[in-house]
Amino acid sequence: MSTAPTALPVRSPLRTLAWAVPVIVVLAVLPHLIEPYHTILLAYGLVMAIAALGFNLLLGYTGLLSFGHAAYFGVGAYAVAFMVKYLHVQSMELFILGAIAASLVVTILFGWVCVRYTRIFFGILTLALSQVLWSLAFKFYWVTGGTDGLRVPTPSLMGVTSGAGEDKIEFLAHHYYTYVLVVFAACALLMWVIVNSPFGKALQAIRDNETRAEFIGIRIRRYRLVAFLVSGVFTGIAGALWVPLNELTTPEVLYWPFSGEIVFMTVLGGFRAFTGPIIGAVAFNYLKTYAVGFTVYWQFLLGTVLVILVLALPTGIAGAAAQVGAWARKRVSLQLTAWTKKRLVP
Amino acid sequence: MNLLQTTKVTKHFGDFCAVQGVDFRVEEGEVLALIGSNGAGKTTLVNLISGLFRPDSGRIEFRGADVTAQSVHDRIKAGIARSFQLVNLFDQLTLLDNVALSIFSREGMTRRLHRLADLHRPVWEEAAEVLREFGLQGKATELAGGISQGERKLLDVAVACALKPRLLFLDEPTSGVSTREKAPIMDCITSIVRSQKITAVIIEHDMDIVFKYSDRIVAMHQGTILSDGTPDEIRRNELVTTTLIGAPHA
Repeated sequence: MSTAPTALPVRSPLRTLAWAVPVIVVLAVLPHLIEPYHTILLAYGLVMAIAALGFNLLLGYTGLLSFGHAAYFGVGAYAVAFMVKYLHVQSMELFILGAIAASLVVTILFGWVCVRYTRIFFGILTLALSQVLWSLAFKFYWVTGGTDGLRVPTPSLMGVTSGAGEDKIEFLAHHYYTYVLVVFAACALLMWVIVNSPFGKALQAIRDNETRAEFIGIRIRRYRLVAFLVSGVFTGIAGALWVPLNELTTPEVLYWPFSGEIVFMTVLGGFRAFTGPIIGAVAFNYLKTYAVGFTVYWQFLLGTVLVILVLALPTGIAGAAAQVGAWARKRVSLQLTAWTKKRLVP
Repeated sequence: MNLLQTTKVTKHFGDFCAVQGVDFRVEEGEVLALIGSNGAGKTTLVNLISGLFRPDSGRIEFRGADVTAQSVHDRIKAGIARSFQLVNLFDQLTLLDNVALSIFSREGMTRRLHRLADLHRPVWEEAAEVLREFGLQGKATELAGGISQGERKLLDVAVACALKPRLLFLDEPTSGVSTREKAPIMDCITSIVRSQKITAVIIEHDMDIVFKYSDRIVAMHQGTILSDGTPDEIRRNELVTTTLIGAPHA
């Protein structure tokens, strides 16, 4: 090999992180600036963002479209509800640990079956398996509460419970929101490291060209399974954080339309960009809330948005924003060049 | 010394026998050309050796060890790599990423999910160096899906070379590129292969390339080996010229 030096066009990871810190700071001070209702809505959005980030590890980075992520979300939610009902646990930290353990067990079982297949076969298998969990939650009502679901009281956060006289809305809008924000930031950072690690690169290689990936020595099925596990656990954590906000879990969170919502929010934000699922989850949450308040035909409204989105903005909000940003930068650069020429040439 | 030896390797697809009892050897350090008309069994033989297909019968030995039942992954670890007739790249990744992935995989680093890939600086330096050797350094940050066919062919080989194989199969490295581009591509590939002492097997239809760049030629026809010899011997072989080339080569 030649010893001539070669320029190395590698990005600095700190530059990518630089924009994230101000966003987190803004999110942290928001509860003091906006009404509790909006803060709680944002908390829902951040919880769903964790689920969407997990989902997008499969869709955006591994090229696998799952129609069954409601299963792992529901497992996380029901794990919390069972811990409350049968073990009388109150600690949010234990809830999260329980949800991780439960979703890990389920994703190992489901993943072992699903990652043997790709494309439509993978999608149908994930859908079918999630429907199995839904029917169990629906039919075993003496354990799961059936359609009535299971109630989850306000948990203790880091050993601190809400005061007897404390308004529950205030607790959720401040303490619980901050807790969700911290978990979200940790999950987002962890996912960012994963997708930018050599493992994340290998997943992208599998997504782009399975045959080639195999012929550079990547064990396809094993990597897909690990991605499946990470994806499921993230979604399970989201389920655990969602229950105290909702105070109740029902089989609805295991039903296939909920999986569709996770797909929707990821496509809305853009599955090609890391921030896409986060933006999509928050935007979808507001969109759905206002659509429900605006018309009884809210599903029709959301469906129309999805059709327009796929046709007009296939790269989602994040992709479109990046394109607009690139276009604006190019325009500014051209204007600057023209202005400089005008100044220099009399 | 034989680096690779197949013994009575056979592969059927339904009733069709693609490879029939083939005894094929590759010697350490040579550049061997595998020729034959379409359907002769060349690519199938390479697929059997690289692990894409399992033979119905026969034995494949690499560096004296039986690899017949080994997985693709184990064969790559043993030192067998390949490029593809239809270019197989990671189109949504940059050229640098494509080559770096080979290096990450070779070093067993793709299992790491707790550390940023960008922090593994020696890997990126090596990837940039490989691209430089193949003349692709100017496009290192471009997406592999956006470069020309000739560059894609070179990148396909670069990705395989980054695995530092002992035996490299090049499946029609100049197919689909213009006549003008063929010689520079082959010059680049063969100079790298020879300088890094990689044993190479080139599957090729273009006889000018075959005779110019190979040390030895194996001709296949209808799933069997028709002839084996130096370029001069093959050029003078009447059976090969009438069956495969069509007329004596000047």
